[in-house]
Amino acid sequence: MGFSGSIQVSTATATTRASAETLEELRARANTHRRHVIDMLAIAGSGHPGGSLSAAEIVTALYFGGFLRHDPERPDWPDRDRFILSKGHGVPIQYAALAEAGYFPVDELRTLRQVDSRLQGHPVAGTAPGIEASTGSLGQGLSIGLGMAMAARLDGADRRVFVLLGDGECQEGQVWEAALSAGHQRPVDLVAIVDFNKFQLDGAIEDILGLSPLARKWEAMGWEVREIDGHDMSEVVEGLAWAVERAGPACLVAHTVKGHGVSFMAGDNHWHGVAPSAEERARAVAELEANGEGFRGTGEEVWP
Amino acid sequence: MSLAELYPGLEMGRATRDAYGEALRELGEAHDDIVVLDADLAKSTRSWKFGEKFPERFVNVGIQEANMVGMAGGLALSGKVPFISSFACFVILKGFDQLRMAVAYPGTNVKISGSHGGVSVGEDGVSQQASEDVALACALPGMVVCVPSDERLALAAVRAAYRHRGPVYIRTGRAPAPLVYDREPEDFAFGRAMRVRDGEDVTVIANGMLVGAAIVAGERLAADGISVRVVDMHTVKPIDVEEVQRAAEETGAIVAAEEHLYSGGLGAAVAQAASRTHPVPMEYVSLGDTYAESGTAEDLLEKYGLTADGVVAAVRRALARKGAHGPAGGGTTTAAAPAAAAGRSASAVG
Repeated sequence: MGFSGSIQVSTATATTRASAETLEELRARANTHRRHVIDMLAIAGSGHPGGSLSAAEIVTALYFGGFLRHDPERPDWPDRDRFILSKGHGVPIQYAALAEAGYFPVDELRTLRQVDSRLQGHPVAGTAPGIEASTGSLGQGLSIGLGMAMAARLDGADRRVFVLLGDGECQEGQVWEAALSAGHQRPVDLVAIVDFNKFQLDGAIEDILGLSPLARKWEAMGWEVREIDGHDMSEVVEGLAWAVERAGPACLVAHTVKGHGVSFMAGDNHWHGVAPSAEERARAVAELEANGEGFRGTGEEVWP
Repeated sequence: MSLAELYPGLEMGRATRDAYGEALRELGEAHDDIVVLDADLAKSTRSWKFGEKFPERFVNVGIQEANMVGMAGGLALSGKVPFISSFACFVILKGFDQLRMAVAYPGTNVKISGSHGGVSVGEDGVSQQASEDVALACALPGMVVCVPSDERLALAAVRAAYRHRGPVYIRTGRAPAPLVYDREPEDFAFGRAMRVRDGEDVTVIANGMLVGAAIVAGERLAADGISVRVVDMHTVKPIDVEEVQRAAEETGAIVAAEEHLYSGGLGAAVAQAASRTHPVPMEYVSLGDTYAESGTAEDLLEKYGLTADGVVAAVRRALARKGAHGPAGGGTTTAAAPAAAAGRSASAVG
């Protein structure tokens, strides 16, 4: 096991957005981040694998695809772009990306959800470096992102704000308050991405409170919208490239599969909020190793 | 009866909400990091005073309190100093989870103005009358909670809110408030109470409209030979613990008076502070555990006992208990010498 292939030092310290990796590199990174998710949740003994794995390509592309201008050495740099994980229960995938980008040691991922850890069970601003807002009470991240985008506009700055929402989260009224507000405030440099994995805690979205047609709802609020396959890295990268070129706000409805990347988790909503056992962890990691994408990351052998 | 008749001897001023708009407009002149948001009540909360002068830094978000609070969190996380306003019942109650997640928990530098606090909102009725807002705001860790008594103290409070780094909630009123101060208190600071009347038999610790009522009550009781201290506890959180404990130690009985529910407001905070070192008989003037109704401000204040009469009755109850348990046995005596109110009541009238 281990990180194979063309390991090289991440370009994440760059303070421009020019440091995009190739699609092949991004796919390998997403695989690495998935592996971190499996390992850290198994060690923590709790957490949300399904919605972390469904967002792997999106989060990976944001940090390593040249879309976020950021500097892990200076997480408080005022001119950084902002990424808010509004679906806060998916934070393991963000922690994985932040660690690989250099915000904190990869080894720290093993402290997830433990007392005194910076890696809280849901994102907390000012705790783990790189976390921009406190989320986990669903529905709130888009409002915070809109406030950040309006601050950037007031400053005449070109800071971008990205907000990743869950699909179930879009049942919250505040999401539509913020969507209506952003559509009215245009132009704002704000990109919303919906991780449309079709399930929420209690079951299928369409059984509990259907969202279809989701893209048309965002359009009706004054957003430019595209639908993408959220697991096809080229579509994710093209979609983000399209979104940031809009006057804003822009929305990507990313069709995903909950638990994608691990065969026995994919599409099985049992894995919404259940951590893998030691045996399940081993099976999942073996699959990720064998899936042909390879790993790309720091190369640190952190997992026992 | 007119509102002014509830406060004989005191001059009526403007509503504290008027001071909010005025202070904001002045602050906006000097500080371009201030951004003001309102949720379609800008004319009522007076934030429009800022909005008409600095339209580029004013956003009427529409009728969206939750979104407004979240946006304020985002603005603050990007270095702005957002002042947000609505009626107290809407911004605190509809925005409460957002105040928790985007303001209190991350400790963002957001200033919240809740206007139309208490029953003195009047005719519009209970849906518009905030009676739980102070308790809820106090429940948020790190939140400064301030209930100004008159327009002059409100001016000072809004300025202090800008200087303070971290979240502040200021509750203002719709109705004109009796003047407690003859000028803007220069020594205003959150957490430092203002002693506005000296006395040695009992202390009334009040905020908002009840400070004026307590001053009137003090005059009335003086005629009966009862010496009443009145403390304007404008900051419910952090409460001025030392001033409460001095009141307990030096006067031996306390009445807490507020235009708010009995639970979780000023009375509870005063009782907590006193009980730690000097538990003494305490009585309460509050809305109790109920909702009010429609009516004029003066009729509602009178019906629910939030007047000088209500304070007088509470003082007599407190003194009776003090007399029953105190060492001197008399209702109008005190064991401790009166403390000079040096430097505290300098700008107070009444």
